[in-house]
Amino acid sequence: MDINPIVIFFASISTSNIVLTNFLGMCSYLSISRDLKASWGLGQAVIFVMTTTTMLNFLVYKYILVPAGLEYLRYIVFIIIVAAFVQLIEMILERYMTNLYYALGIFLPLITVNCAILGVALFMVIREYTFLQSLAYGAGGGIGWALAIVALAGIREKVDETKIPKGLQGAGFALIVTGIMAMAFIGLSGIANIQ
Amino acid sequence: MKSEIRTITEKDIWSENPVIRQILGICSALAVTNLMSNTLVMGVGVTFVTALSSMTVSILRHIIPIRIRMMVQTLIIAFYVIVVDIILKATMPEVSKTLGPYVGLIITNCIIMGRCEAYGQSNPPGLAFFDGMMSGLGYTLVLMLISFIRELMGFGTLFGISVLGEWWIKWTIMVMPASAFFVLAIIIWVVQGQQSKQSV
Repeated sequence: MDINPIVIFFASISTSNIVLTNFLGMCSYLSISRDLKASWGLGQAVIFVMTTTTMLNFLVYKYILVPAGLEYLRYIVFIIIVAAFVQLIEMILERYMTNLYYALGIFLPLITVNCAILGVALFMVIREYTFLQSLAYGAGGGIGWALAIVALAGIREKVDETKIPKGLQGAGFALIVTGIMAMAFIGLSGIANIQ
Repeated sequence: MKSEIRTITEKDIWSENPVIRQILGICSALAVTNLMSNTLVMGVGVTFVTALSSMTVSILRHIIPIRIRMMVQTLIIAFYVIVVDIILKATMPEVSKTLGPYVGLIITNCIIMGRCEAYGQSNPPGLAFFDGMMSGLGYTLVLMLISFIRELMGFGTLFGISVLGEWWIKWTIMVMPASAFFVLAIIIWVVQGQQSKQSV
């Protein structure tokens, strides 16, 4: 697998968007997107955590798990790394960057259970990415996720004032909008493709 | 005891179905539903993990300190997921490859954590096992329905066996990710529409 990291970066934002093609991080994607401001907050937190933890997970996997022959433990190890890292970030932010801490506030703990973070780490292992490729994939994946949730939140805010069938309100409607977004993103597949 | 079993069954499969009522575990519900055989394997895997981890949490519920229970639950779930992953790799390497990371992502499936927390934490092991199994079954049923529609229209097959024959023009969109959103949305629409009619 020798794909240029730059290609991976743009592909994971657009054509291989982790929400729209791999369905990762749907739980928080559907519930938080009611509110545009909160979506942007969570999006930022995801970009940051995904980029950094993908790097960390790559290093731990390559230099500790593989030499020790413990690849099957990767699920547990990845989860623990993400949880510990999020906790650490929370403490650092609280101490040194109080403004950012209050802005991201409740969103940080939510990220531990965001399956997009774990999913990106697992994809990275399966596709056998190098360090730079993993970094590009983590950053692009985070930006793609943030883009999708902010777009959905914007649409939902506009549509709130119109009448939609009762059974379709909430999750049903969000899913249909996401489906249309997924189709729109397929239109970008001429730019870059990694699958 | 008997009535308890009955209420659990009814709740987990219909009135509080994890996927269509509580909108939990959507990631895998969408990702693995393009072929029925994959979906079935995934459903069995999730049911297995939910039932056993809920039972384990229930057995250990007096020992685990409340403050760190989330961490312990995650570890229990991860343990069973690793078991499922290894069994899959050994017995069905093909399926394991197509499911890819989604087997590992069972860990972050909110249904399992939800059942451990909401039921296993406060009920005896036997019932917790049963509750987990029924939730898993409710999840599997919805997934099978989605994949039934997608595989039938997208490939004209069911479980890989040709059903519709040559005259059927395959709907390419049903193979693409976008259709998963539409099919699930329509199922939720139908179910919730039914409900709002009843409550009027």
